[in-house]
Order: sequence, then C-alpha cells, then structure tokens
Amino acid sequence: MIRRLLAIWHARNLEFLRDRGALVFSLLLPLALVVGMSFVFGGPERAIFKVAVLTDDLASVRHPFMTERFVDFVPVDDLAAASRKVARHQFDLLIDFAPRATRYWVNEDSPKGYVAERLLLQSEPAAQRQPVSGQAIRYVDWLFPGILGMNMMFNCLFGVGYVVLRYRKNGFLKRLNATPVSAFEFLAAQVLSRLALILAVTTILYVGVGLAIGFHSAGNPGLLLAIAVLGALSLIALGLTIAARFSSDELVGGILNTLTWPMMLLSGVWFSLEGSPDWIRYVAQVFPLTHILDAARAVMIDGAGAAAIAPHLAYLAVTTLAFLAFGAWSFKWRSD
Amino acid sequence: MAPILEVRNLVKLYPRVTAVDGVSLDVEEGCCFGLLGPNGAGKTTTVEIMEGILPASSGEVRYRGAPLGSRFRNEAGILFQKTALQDFLTVRQTLRLFRGLYAQGYDIDELLQLCSLQKLADRDNRKLSGGQQQRLLLAVALVNDPAILFLDEPTTGFDPQARRNFWKLIESVKARRRTIILTTHYMEEAQRLCDEIAIMDRGRIIARGPPRRLLAEHFADVLIELPRDDFPAAARDLPLRLIEGAERIEISTNDLEGTLKTLLAAQVPLGNLRIRPPNLEDLFLELTGKELRA
Repeated sequence: MIRRLLAIWHARNLEFLRDRGALVFSLLLPLALVVGMSFVFGGPERAIFKVAVLTDDLASVRHPFMTERFVDFVPVDDLAAASRKVARHQFDLLIDFAPRATRYWVNEDSPKGYVAERLLLQSEPAAQRQPVSGQAIRYVDWLFPGILGMNMMFNCLFGVGYVVLRYRKNGFLKRLNATPVSAFEFLAAQVLSRLALILAVTTILYVGVGLAIGFHSAGNPGLLLAIAVLGALSLIALGLTIAARFSSDELVGGILNTLTWPMMLLSGVWFSLEGSPDWIRYVAQVFPLTHILDAARAVMIDGAGAAAIAPHLAYLAVTTLAFLAFGAWSFKWRSD
Repeated sequence: MAPILEVRNLVKLYPRVTAVDGVSLDVEEGCCFGLLGPNGAGKTTTVEIMEGILPASSGEVRYRGAPLGSRFRNEAGILFQKTALQDFLTVRQTLRLFRGLYAQGYDIDELLQLCSLQKLADRDNRKLSGGQQQRLLLAVALVNDPAILFLDEPTTGFDPQARRNFWKLIESVKARRRTIILTTHYMEEAQRLCDEIAIMDRGRIIARGPPRRLLAEHFADVLIELPRDDFPAAARDLPLRLIEGAERIEISTNDLEGTLKTLLAAQVPLGNLRIRPPNLEDLFLELTGKELRA
C-alpha cells in the first residue's frame, strides 16, 4: 500500500513542480498575504478600536485615554467629516480633548463604539457625548455593500476564469475556432452570460436581505444598477484576461487567489482603511472592487448622486475595456 | 477545373522534431482524399494546418484559390480526433448552438435524420456511446452543409458494426459531391471511401494517387499466402518475391500457375495455401515498412 501511495505522491509532486507558473503563484500568494496582513494589522500590537482625535499633532495630546492599549488613534481636522465617519462605523469614536471639557461622538448602534466609550468614560467620567452628524447607520448597513461586492468578485473571477480554462483544456475552444466565431464574439458572449447571472444573484440578495433585515439605502436604485453592471463587467473582464492564455488549472487558480485575497482585505469589504498607511490606500485604488464598494456605499449610505460617483464609474468602464482588449489580444484557442 | 484546396510546401517545425517536412498536394472538388500513415507520421498536424487551426512554419494552403479566411471558415466542416462539447446540452441544443454560428446550413431535423440521431435528439451529450457521440460530432461538422469536410481518424475505437454504419453516412455525404479529406490508419476504410490517397511517413508524402493505380504500380496481380511453419528453409532460395510476416509468408506474383509449379517442385506443402488480391495494407506495409497499429 505504501509503495502505491508513494508512487502516486511522487508523480503528483512532479506534476506540480513542473508546472512552473503554478509553483510561482502558490509561493507568491502566501507571501503577498503575509506582507499584506502585516501592514493592515501591523504595528507592535493589533488595534481593536479606531478612534479619531481632533488635533493637528497626535503626539502633543496629553490625556490618560491616549495610553490605552489596542486603540488606533487617527488625527483628524474636519469635525463634521469625522463625525459622519463615526455614523458610518469607519471610526468607533471621535474625541475632541478641548481644554474646558472633553467632547466625544459615538454611534449608539456600534458595539465597538460602546466599548470604546466605556474606556473613555473610565479615564474621564465627565466627558460629554455629542450627537453624531448625519443619520447613524447600523454596522450591517455599512457591511452589506461589501458582502454583495465580495460575492460579485468571487463569482466573476472564478466563474468565468475556470469555465474558459475548461473549454480550452477539453478542446471545445478548438472546435469553436474551426467555426466563423471570433475571439471577441466568444469573450463578449461569456461576459454577457455571466453579467446576467451576477445581476440576478445580486438583485435577489439585495431584495431578499432588504426584506429580511430592512437595511438602509438612501440612494437611487438606478445608480446602484449602473454600479453593479459596470462593476461586474470590470471583474468579469479581469477574469477573462487571466483565463485568456493559460492551460493550467493550478496557475490560473494561483493568479486568481493572488488577486482576490488582497482585494478582499484592501477594498474595504470588512473594515475601513481609515488611518492605514497612504500606500495601502493607493494600492487599494487600483482594485475595481474598491471603486465598486466606495460608489455603492456612497449611494446607499449617503444617497450620493451621479456626479459624485462618476469617477468610480469611469474607472470601472475604462478597466473593463482595457481588460477585454488585452484578453482578446492574448486569447489562445488551443491548449499548450 | 482548379482544385478546391491547394497545399504548397508545408513545413511544421517543433523544437525537437520536424512534424511536416515539405508536403504539397491538390484536392479536387468532389473528391474523397485519404491521408494515410502510421501513428506519428504527421497526418493530424498536416490536416490541422489545412484546416487553418495550426499555423505552418512555412508553406501555404489555399482554398478556392485564396488563402484560408472567413469564406473557408464558413464553408468548411471539421471533425477533430478529439472534441469535447459543452456540458448539460442535449443533442438538439448542441446542433442549434453550432447552426447559430453559420449563415447557411441544414435544418436541425434534417441533420438529425442524416446522421441517424432522431431518437437521441433530447439526450444529454454526455450520455451518448462512443459511436453515437461521433455521429453527433459528424452532424456538428455537417451543420453548415460544408463544401469541404475534414475527418480526422473518424472511426478510431469503433466496433466493426459502428464503423460500417459510419462509412454509410460518409458515403451519403460523398454522393452529394462534397469534398472530403480523411485521415485514417484503417486501410479498409481508405479503400472503401477514398478516390485518391496519399501515404505519409516521417512528415513526407511517399506515394499518392488513386488506390487502384497505386496497387497496380506496386504489386503484381495476386498474393499467395502460406503459414510460416509450412515454408521450408530451402524454399527461400527459390526465385520468388517474398513478404515475410510473423506467422505467414506471402509471395507476390503475376504468374500464378508458374509460381505454384515452382512451389510444388520444391515440395512445399500447399494444404493451407490462400490466394488473395493485394490491398492497401500490403501497399502500406511495403512502403512504410512498419506494422500498422490500430
């Protein structure tokens, strides 16, 4: 038995090691994850609370609360903007250590805000709570667009990528190549098919979750549809670009994972990047998912109009075209 | 009349092998052209270049006088050696998919009838037997009523009955004066279907012409077959053309009477003797010197 097991184990190892692309990406992914995580959650200790402090210079603030551990203090200068972020769960607490009396803003619906408030009141029982500006929203209202976006991302990238890869490997693409179909026609058909599916799934989730927990959406549903369409197009086109050439499952899987993990961590699905280093926020701007989520949250939470989200939509449209053009150009009908 | 397909000096180089080494041929309209050769002779590579699927390293293929282009794609039908179809589709849906890719072609019901698929029309592709699947793939290749049909080893792996049924289908296509290009290593198939054949070995064409003419050129009229054990060593010195097999020895001759007298005189036992006309297999073995592997 051991001999047979070893024979198969050995052959499988050879197969994997000789698939150079897959090997590189299976090493690259964990590396990218380690680097990414260390920056996102980095520092000597992992902060649990994100507290905005109204000041120009964080170091000059002398207050016992500032010595609390597991709190990430972020300096802010615009009180109104920071207060809106508290309403939106991007900050757990906003504090103004004014000489006369410490004032603070908290979203009553935020569990972390509640604990952070208890901590603050312990060091300064006289601190005065202020009403947050804008409507305070529940955490789920902030999280829900992220969940929709993440579902969309996985569905688009993996759904499209693996299907095209399977067609190439089993020779169906080669058969299509013997017909008058062009690469662009084939890719466009895949995009539209997947787009219809994603829109149906996202609509069902949106309506279903809306009925079940009654989440808050301030904005225009037409704009949300536009974001969903352009966002899905961009992600599908990205998936096709990756599947355009390769014939190895493991290579394509590796590339897809290497793309989805950073997107999931850095696009603001689970937590806000408020207070993260600048370069992380620049990197996040590259991902289509970041633009989808920023635009969707702006519409759903703030009721933003077309003009406000136009840059996000433009980015999604441009990336769609770029990915599709590159995909059609590099497309291979046959497997290697 | 100009040939429907012209192939000029095709060469296909791979890093370590020259798969196709200077192949030129013309295929006349309405002809069934057979490309024969042992495994690895370069048949499939040559045909895939002729189909416009593989790029050639050098040389060219012309369809009706022009390089392969959209006209060729519209008018050609192709049956690959191995093809997967889309999962979860029925036979009818598969044909509808491919029919949708062409401007002209058969009505689906006509096509189902032509390929004896009526009873399978609503069956899932994946639940067809090997022969049924191949009939569906032939139907896919015929969906645009092609002027030129490529069949790459269409009956490999078939049982004898399925193979004969498939031949009947091909003959019905032939009867409609469609050009067919067939690769096979079944000589019986080539002999039955092809008007003209080319034999390939090591990337080159080593003989071509109508099967009858090639046989006449390479063989005397008949072959005398004897079991090897019946053939005494002394008889090897007789002035005879011997073709040695593992279990039998064959004598090629155009003077049957004279040869039989010679054998009798040498006291060769003739109890298990058989006489038969030469076939393409004999020609093939004579030219390539290799056993055919089915």
